[in-house]
Amino acid sequence: MAQFSITIAGDSAINLVFGTTISPETNGVIRGAVQTLEADPIPGVIELVPTFCSLMVLYDSLVIGVDELCERVRGKLRNLTSCAQTVKRIVKIPVCYDEEFALDMDTVATHAQLTPEEVIALHTGHDYLIDMLGFLPGFAYLGGLDERLHTPRLATPRTRLEAGSVGIGGAQTGVYPLPSPGGWQIIGRTPVRPYDPDRNPPILYAAGDYMRFVPISKSEYFAIDAQVQAGTYVCDVVLEEV
Amino acid sequence: MGVTVNKPGILTTVQDAGRFGYLGSGFSPSGVMDKRAFRIANILVDNPKDAPALEFVLAGPTLRFTTNTYIAITGGDFSPRLDGKPIASYKAHFVRRGQMLSFGAPKTGMYGYLAVAGGSFTLPEVMGSRSTNLKCGIGGVEGRALTTGDYLRFETRNLDYLANLGSHVLEDDADFYGFNLDEVVLRVIPGPQESLFSERGIETFYSQAYQTTSKCDRMGYRLEGPEIETIDGSDIISDGIALGAIQVPSHGRPIIMLADRQTTGGYAKIGTVASVDIPKLVQCKPGKSIRFTPISVEVAQELLRKEEENLQALEKIVRRPCYGGVSPRKTARRLTPILEKQARISNGNKLWIELEEDLKHPQKRRERA
Repeated sequence: MAQFSITIAGDSAINLVFGTTISPETNGVIRGAVQTLEADPIPGVIELVPTFCSLMVLYDSLVIGVDELCERVRGKLRNLTSCAQTVKRIVKIPVCYDEEFALDMDTVATHAQLTPEEVIALHTGHDYLIDMLGFLPGFAYLGGLDERLHTPRLATPRTRLEAGSVGIGGAQTGVYPLPSPGGWQIIGRTPVRPYDPDRNPPILYAAGDYMRFVPISKSEYFAIDAQVQAGTYVCDVVLEEV
Repeated sequence: MGVTVNKPGILTTVQDAGRFGYLGSGFSPSGVMDKRAFRIANILVDNPKDAPALEFVLAGPTLRFTTNTYIAITGGDFSPRLDGKPIASYKAHFVRRGQMLSFGAPKTGMYGYLAVAGGSFTLPEVMGSRSTNLKCGIGGVEGRALTTGDYLRFETRNLDYLANLGSHVLEDDADFYGFNLDEVVLRVIPGPQESLFSERGIETFYSQAYQTTSKCDRMGYRLEGPEIETIDGSDIISDGIALGAIQVPSHGRPIIMLADRQTTGGYAKIGTVASVDIPKLVQCKPGKSIRFTPISVEVAQELLRKEEENLQALEKIVRRPCYGGVSPRKTARRLTPILEKQARISNGNKLWIELEEDLKHPQKRRERA
């Protein structure tokens, strides 16, 4: 059974701490806790913020005090077991690795002593577990980048990266959902908007989902981009049994 | 019906109580920096408590009204002027079409709020809120700060009905904010990562004075002061960041996280500022001395309850029925249709108001009936 401790994050939030290391197991437990707490919401709870090893619960203390909240959370999660996923929700993100977008492909390939084609094969040959969202709206922290692709960040971060830039920073890989300064090594770009305020839901994925990068050509990039601009593009989501 | 922006100020945005439900997807909650001033501004003009208001910082906007309405200004003292004539903050003012509202630099405080009667600005909700999120470019006016030439619409209620608003007035809030004090004391709930700090570090944090700096914005306030010692560095596995979280990066100086904060972060948090004290912090100009004192979460929640009671009491004081300024004839004219409607609803059973005269002369009343 999953154990957790509770820490106090001020008068309007508590943290349920499930572990001290990032792992798919911890992620599964947190996912289970989110599902349990969302299925039968505790009055006064405003929202849940899942992160690598903990779950922040924001609440209105005028509705529920800290003691009662902790007690009710403990009660609800008493029988929480690791939510072993039987079905993976995989969000397919088309990525163009063309040199026009892959600003740092040479750096990454040289560092890994691989060809760009091998880098692309490694980067796309894996489903990445979304450990959490944070930093920017819709920015997914992905677990499981192949060690050969681990590349140090840029010594001097770029002042602006375009939305959709796909990069590698240290042991992490991910997509910039918005234009942003950034120090990651950029190896491609997706025309898909992970975040679109006019879409419901505005974010394509949640913690616990998987992301799969699908290589596309430049002409496919612009075709999808046109669909995205027109608001007709629907991101491919597949469910796969584990 | 609305206002035209003649000068936008430094950073004037539409904000409400914030955008919730998307923190887990990485969205800052946004919303007003000073919830107390915002709430009082709305109270003064009879608005719903979460009605969007204009928030401005360090320099207010210059606005021309294109319709008659009532407004209220709260927060720091920005020396508001209507057509060049000084008007008081913390009071509802009647504004005529064509009049120009302007502000000076804040004599006290950092943030000011302008609420407009009638439920405030007519803007679309984006993801459940009208708050401007500058990073994402959503909410408020096209997701950005106001700029010259913008036109903000607002709904105008029947002003005849609002005639009482002119009497809505409160003391300024300088005592609450400690504007006249050399030092502001912020109450802090220890945790969630206090255990990563050394005893000496914790002792330093709660015993020494810190100063606000020019590095302060809607994301957070960086303070300057003695280094807060950790046991073994302040890096943690990123977790959620609550409003008022006091992050201590490796340089050892606190950063207090506010409305536009990142939702997650990887620095240890020594404590969290009590919600009731956040408005005091955000109104501190750079260089203000700050001290921290620890309290329990239970005490902090009790303070929050009291604050809510105080604000509700304030609302009652402000909205007390006002007999001055409205003639009995006008009152009667306004009441008659309401009572007639009531009578219709109650199947013709007439409703009587016991007028003083009728009580004295029951005979006359019977005759009239």
